[in-house]
Amino acid sequence: MTSVVVRDVSLNFGAFDVLKALNLNVPEGEFLVLLGPSGCGKSTLLNCIAGLLDVSEGQIFINGKNVTWEEPKDRGIGMVFQSYALYPQMTVEGNLSFGLKTAGMAKDEIASRVARAAEILQIEPLLKRKPAALSGGQRQRVAIGRALVRDVDVFLFDEPLSNLDAKLRSELRVEIKRLHQKLANTMIYVTHDQIEAMTLADRIAVMKGGVIQQLDAPQVIYNRPVNRFVAGFLGSPGMNFLDGEVEAGSKPAFAVAGARIPLDRYGFDGKATGGKAVFGIRPEHVAIGEAAGAMPFATDAAVEIVEPMGSDTLVWTRLGGQSFAFRVEAERQLHSGDRLRIGFDPARASLFDGQSGNRI
Amino acid sequence: MVDHVLRATPDMAAAAAPAGRAGDFAGPSGPRPRRAFSRRNIFIYGTLAVVAIYYLLPLYVMVVTSLKGMPEIRLGNIFSPPMEITFEPWVKAWSSACTGLNCDGLSRGFWNSVRITVPSVFLSIAIASVNGYALANWRFKGADIFFTILVIGAFIPYQVMLYPIVIVLREIGLYGSLWGLVLVHCIFGMPILTLLFRNYFASLPEELFKAARVDGAGFWTIYLRIMLPMSLPIFVVAIILQVTGIWNDFLFGVVYTKPDTYPMTVQLNNIVNAVQGVKEYNVNMAATLLTGLVPLVIYFVSGKLFVRGIAAGAVKG
Repeated sequence: MTSVVVRDVSLNFGAFDVLKALNLNVPEGEFLVLLGPSGCGKSTLLNCIAGLLDVSEGQIFINGKNVTWEEPKDRGIGMVFQSYALYPQMTVEGNLSFGLKTAGMAKDEIASRVARAAEILQIEPLLKRKPAALSGGQRQRVAIGRALVRDVDVFLFDEPLSNLDAKLRSELRVEIKRLHQKLANTMIYVTHDQIEAMTLADRIAVMKGGVIQQLDAPQVIYNRPVNRFVAGFLGSPGMNFLDGEVEAGSKPAFAVAGARIPLDRYGFDGKATGGKAVFGIRPEHVAIGEAAGAMPFATDAAVEIVEPMGSDTLVWTRLGGQSFAFRVEAERQLHSGDRLRIGFDPARASLFDGQSGNRI
Repeated sequence: MVDHVLRATPDMAAAAAPAGRAGDFAGPSGPRPRRAFSRRNIFIYGTLAVVAIYYLLPLYVMVVTSLKGMPEIRLGNIFSPPMEITFEPWVKAWSSACTGLNCDGLSRGFWNSVRITVPSVFLSIAIASVNGYALANWRFKGADIFFTILVIGAFIPYQVMLYPIVIVLREIGLYGSLWGLVLVHCIFGMPILTLLFRNYFASLPEELFKAARVDGAGFWTIYLRIMLPMSLPIFVVAIILQVTGIWNDFLFGVVYTKPDTYPMTVQLNNIVNAVQGVKEYNVNMAATLLTGLVPLVIYFVSGKLFVRGIAAGAVKG
């Protein structure tokens, strides 16, 4: 059963279109991540689903019910905000029970729900404290608890971890994943952090300019991006892009200044056509030394810059006159000026049309 | 922490450097010594003292004069302290000074002013805070136009509207009554108060408002349960602005009330500017001090909160 359906939703502020005829189906129990740069409309879409913004056109269904004109409280959603948005003058308990009290729920029912949420999130010792006396991670846990007590089918997260430091962020990320496995609710999660998106999502919707660019499983989005924007947005360090030309024919190849990359192993979306194109390959798909010799394409390169990252090392060089990065294991000692052989398998690469940026 | 690290560095360097070069670390260390009577300090405190005396001198003269008897005042030494302290002028100013036919002192005006100020402050702040909340959080249709009109209202000189309001009050039967004046104060306080509250509520995180909506709270629940408890500083600012503004008001008081309902300021003017009889300077001074006492007390009691509120409202908006 589909839990959330967004049908042809548009939203414009005056002449500015924030969302453009957007469609989205979220099956029950799915963890969907809306990923994109600032201003791509991902938070706006979430606010529309929550009912905090009125759509200009289109419909929104939650659990089969048309909620396009419903108030947020009647949509069966719980929401977690980036700034936690805890009511500062109330205790944690007051924060958790505010929505239930507003709805006129019986006292013992409220108490049991608050107790259950507090137990799941392990915030029982904090119940009598005010938000000001909590750390960032504790606050965000309370904010999640506020959505939890509502006992709703759909959870909406609006960049919930962006205000936390890196260590807490990775801890809470795991907790959110655990929570999803435990509750099996539908969750829609907005973020601009690709690591969060990759680690949490069942499916990722990559957005840009109010349009979903690609909606698929994280692995597919990472390995077979539909256009250059998606390819560049995911991955850190980012994908290498080489500008050049595709030579069509029985033995297609990609020509870049001083090098010819054979494309007979590359899976074209259709028939290979010639013309300007961009060749993309991820730094971790590049082999060096002896392994490079076994690759369909190999060339010599001079090391320009070495960036040790601890777990591995990123090496910058040039290929066909363009900047090119690859990863080597951390033990490998390389220095600026070293020469070595690098190679890769074009089957793992992505080719994009030079004009439209779409995958070819 | 940083301090500690900085101080540790020379030791470590000394340990690493040849022993003969340890002398390089001699010379100034720690905080720079400052002299109490530097030229800078003398200038700063000197200026402060001069300005303070300049502002406090009139107050001193008033207090001293109000405690003297008339014969002593006639000697003309306005700066000298009273030889014989008397509270007679204060009693007279409060309970028996004459304005026109009434000879019951400022007490009548004081109670009139209380009856004007309390409902005016309460009503204007209650309405303006809801206005500001609606404008900041519920972007209703025409909100921008409404707000623009309100702000323009703040720039129209009062004198332009004096006479039209006389007619309006006469037509609704409130002319000359205290409630008429209360209404006028509410209306004229509205633009600046609404602006004040709108900016304050706009500076509160918008997500708080969204969270409350997801929790099912409506217009009034959010206002009363979420916004009000967070807005003490701005309410204090509004109360101070309104109490001092309305208490000190003379123009509206003299135009829209009758002698029976004159506020304290108008009555003070009538006492001080009486043209008949002897000018009783001591009574005038006492009456003026009595009138100014209310705003003065408000400032002293809530000065700290006032500054906090002004600063909070100024962050954004």
